[in-house]
Amino acid sequence: MTSTADLMDFDKALELFEPVLGFEVHVELNTKTKMFSPAPNPAAPGADASEPNTMVTPVCLGLPGSLPVVNEQAIRFSISLGLALGCEIAPTSRFARKNYFYPDLAKNYQISQYDEPIAHDGLVEVELANGKTFRIEIERAHMEEDAGKLTHVGGATGRIQGADYSLVDYNRAGVPLVEIVTKMITGAEHDAPELAKAYVSAIRDIVVALGISEARMERGNLRCDANISLSPRGSGELGTRTETKNVNSLRSVERAIRYEIQRQAAILAAGGAIIQETRHWHEDSGTTSAGRPKSDADDYRYFPEPDLLPVEPSRALIEELRSALPEPPAVRRRRLKESWGFTDLEFQDVLNSGLLVEVESTVAAGASPAQARKWWTGEIARLANVAAVDPSSLVSPADVAALVALVESGELTDRLARQVLEGVIAGEGSPSEVVEKRGLKVVSDDGALIAAIDEALASQPDVLEKIRDGKVQAAGAVIGAVMKAMHGQADAARVRELVLERATTP
Amino acid sequence: MSGHGAVSGDSLISLSASVLAERLHSGELSSVEVTQAHLDRIAEVDGDIHAFLHVSADALKTAAEVDGARRLGAKLSPLAGVPVAIKDVLCTQDMPSTAGSRILEGWIPPYDATVVAKLRKARLIPLGKTNMDEFAMGSSTEHSAFGPTHNPWDLERIPGGSGGGSAAAVAAFEAPLALGSDTGGSIRQPAAVTGTVGMKPTYGGVSRYGAIALASSLDQVGPVTRTVLDAALLHDVIGGHDEHDSTSLTDAWPSFADAARAGAASGSLTGVRVGVVKELGGEGFQAGVSARFAEALDLMASAGAEIVEVSAPSFRYAIAAYYLILPAEASSNLAKFDSVRFGLRVNPPGGGTVEDVMAATREVGFGPEVKRRIILGTYALSAGYYDAYYGSAQKVRTLIQRDFDSAFSRADVLVSPAAPTTAFKLGEKLEDPLAMYLNDVTTIPANLAGVPGMGLPMGLAPEDGLPTGIQIMAPAHEDARIYTVGATLEALLEQSWGRTLISQAPGHPSMPLPDERAARLEGGTR
Repeated sequence: MTSTADLMDFDKALELFEPVLGFEVHVELNTKTKMFSPAPNPAAPGADASEPNTMVTPVCLGLPGSLPVVNEQAIRFSISLGLALGCEIAPTSRFARKNYFYPDLAKNYQISQYDEPIAHDGLVEVELANGKTFRIEIERAHMEEDAGKLTHVGGATGRIQGADYSLVDYNRAGVPLVEIVTKMITGAEHDAPELAKAYVSAIRDIVVALGISEARMERGNLRCDANISLSPRGSGELGTRTETKNVNSLRSVERAIRYEIQRQAAILAAGGAIIQETRHWHEDSGTTSAGRPKSDADDYRYFPEPDLLPVEPSRALIEELRSALPEPPAVRRRRLKESWGFTDLEFQDVLNSGLLVEVESTVAAGASPAQARKWWTGEIARLANVAAVDPSSLVSPADVAALVALVESGELTDRLARQVLEGVIAGEGSPSEVVEKRGLKVVSDDGALIAAIDEALASQPDVLEKIRDGKVQAAGAVIGAVMKAMHGQADAARVRELVLERATTP
Repeated sequence: MSGHGAVSGDSLISLSASVLAERLHSGELSSVEVTQAHLDRIAEVDGDIHAFLHVSADALKTAAEVDGARRLGAKLSPLAGVPVAIKDVLCTQDMPSTAGSRILEGWIPPYDATVVAKLRKARLIPLGKTNMDEFAMGSSTEHSAFGPTHNPWDLERIPGGSGGGSAAAVAAFEAPLALGSDTGGSIRQPAAVTGTVGMKPTYGGVSRYGAIALASSLDQVGPVTRTVLDAALLHDVIGGHDEHDSTSLTDAWPSFADAARAGAASGSLTGVRVGVVKELGGEGFQAGVSARFAEALDLMASAGAEIVEVSAPSFRYAIAAYYLILPAEASSNLAKFDSVRFGLRVNPPGGGTVEDVMAATREVGFGPEVKRRIILGTYALSAGYYDAYYGSAQKVRTLIQRDFDSAFSRADVLVSPAAPTTAFKLGEKLEDPLAMYLNDVTTIPANLAGVPGMGLPMGLAPEDGLPTGIQIMAPAHEDARIYTVGATLEALLEQSWGRTLISQAPGHPSMPLPDERAARLEGGTR
């Protein structure tokens, strides 16, 4: 373990070095069956893969004579993902065999795509909390099959070293994966850790919007290998990179990048050299430890998979999938911000609260964007925070829109509306039903108000004098008394109007 | 082998599958009788031939079920009730499937190969599994981990390979039908040297699912029989698209049996352009083989065929390309034999890592020819060598396909000897891999191009009295053309001989063994 590793202060590290990043994100597709066999896919919605080696066919086990057959749904999903990443879809792509011996790999080769991936040259726009946007170039997205899972028994660490024996579960073998590989990312500087998190989050948003993966990082549906190297400032030379694996939450992505920058900087500053290797992220200690040395010279003896035909999607299929694409998250955000007329700060407020969908739906249900934002990020978020639940679980956008409509028509004051909201959340019905049941309507009968005003003025002659002398702010005391008399169910602005009118009426 | 001569001439086992099928259909014979006769024959001669690695314990039971179904009036397929031998490269869920390798000794797959499932569906009777060179690597069946198969024409000689077991089983009347697999000639070359008929279909014409892979882009399963019509009938059963094999074709295939019957009935080759491939003959071919081939051409010409000479210059690189592509694919296909999930496991002394166990298992489990090709293939795919070896070989493959295209623009079928020599002696080429590889010189081009090819008997070589074979090739998808031309040629040849070639086999049930040969067999190699 590397708990003893020296770390350099992050800011200091950034002073000396420029971080260069690269990501390989693996997305498990949620197709019904596996990539190359009719076995049920453990990454499908609701699948239960808890019993080892139950979701297997001769193909998953690499039994002699078995042959792979490509899952067409996985192809469609991969094309959709490629398109959503802004990639070109190759008219012809090919599967290849990546040959290496490892017991979790049933055939001792992995069917992957090598020099002819299905999608290439894309672009993902990533927005940070501070409003900065980065354009991350995608080199390629290719299809491949997952390997099985090894459990090492008897060792202290659960790692293969020191284990007495290992168990293999092939349920995961053959799960369809798309691996998304970025080009080298420079210029992230201090934002590098946050950028890493934002990138993975953007990929997650995309696959969720497409509905092609369960996208649960803690379950391995989405896995990020983070490549990082440090380049001494001004040297123009690339450093040796490490590849950090086993990073299975958004928070860890950020932490792991920060840690590797600090670790590598300390080694380099002390005159040491970075070893090109995989690093294992340890969630509990927040550190990485050395994995397997990785060399560019690793020879996987790739060659075209002779058991499969090239993938040649028709133009029509690609266009069909393109037309069915959801709006790209970045484009959608831009569009909404513009149409709502929000300031950067207002819009960021919505984004950071994770309430974009709720506000959008509330606006769609007829509320003004400003009111929708005010209610969701204000009172509803506050109540949700108190109850420790998601705001969206408290109230529907339709009810919020109805509430806003009641306020805007003058039927409710903001204060009354908050009471109505509480009623809606308590399950008393729709806003208008709650208004009815609780009798919370604004008193808009001027006669009742005038009577109350005259009574208040009469009991406070000094105030009346002041108003008549032009000290209009003195009216506040009368307004307060009237509102109290009306149990708050009056429109304060109208009361003010009437107070001034009555006071100045001879 | 003294039993050979004791069987009467109209013995059941001397009948072709098509005749057996007719008699089964008419009720003249029962499947149990037919199956029992072949089991008896196996018991009688297979100790000497060693065509079988495993004989089914269920054959009679299956036969009785077919008889029962027939009695009840079930509509049965043409070959229902006819026994069939299955090359051990094909997965059978009721019998061990070893591909001739120690590493799979005793392994019973949990599933049937698609072709085996089709045999069962058509209610043929699986008799057992036939011997082969380990993982189909060889041309003599001497590379089987379980001992060689002997050629029924001369027990001191090889039956060809890799499918020597299937060819010998059919030639020795142990089975009327067999399945083989052909990666570079493993169906056609054994047919040539045992006087039988073997067909390698168009690549993709028959499913490879459940055929233990040697070289995926070259392997093709096909029939091994004693007559062209029988091959066509069996091809009709096993052919067609299989959703489990992505490389399987979706063609709507015609009836090959009809094609064969039409050829046999016509007796004429008028209008058929027969291309003689210049590069697949001449130097290096046994004189008797060349002589019989010339006679076969004359016979075809006299039946109206137009004989044209065609040149395929790239064919000279075929063996070199083949021995890069095949080992490359095989090195990857054979990686799965690692002791983790099935088959042999050898624990190195003192234990060790999983890599140590894998290495020890593969060291013990694979024979020398398999190791040779894994090493070759691993090298050919290595970074820095890929382009020079595998890449160049694939380019040669394209050139060979072009040569075929050009040849087929001038000829309807192409012909050549199916093997350069008659059967050689056991052990003769075992220590000389290159000499062994040259046995497939005429058959390899068809695999590289994916075109269909058939080997069928063309007479006995005068110098040694052993069978020779002619190869007929057609463009991809045109398998039916081979059956038509093949059946015509078969009829013409048998007419000229006045009998079938196989009836001259020393082990033929109607043909007592010559004394001197019987004597030799008594003291022969085992």
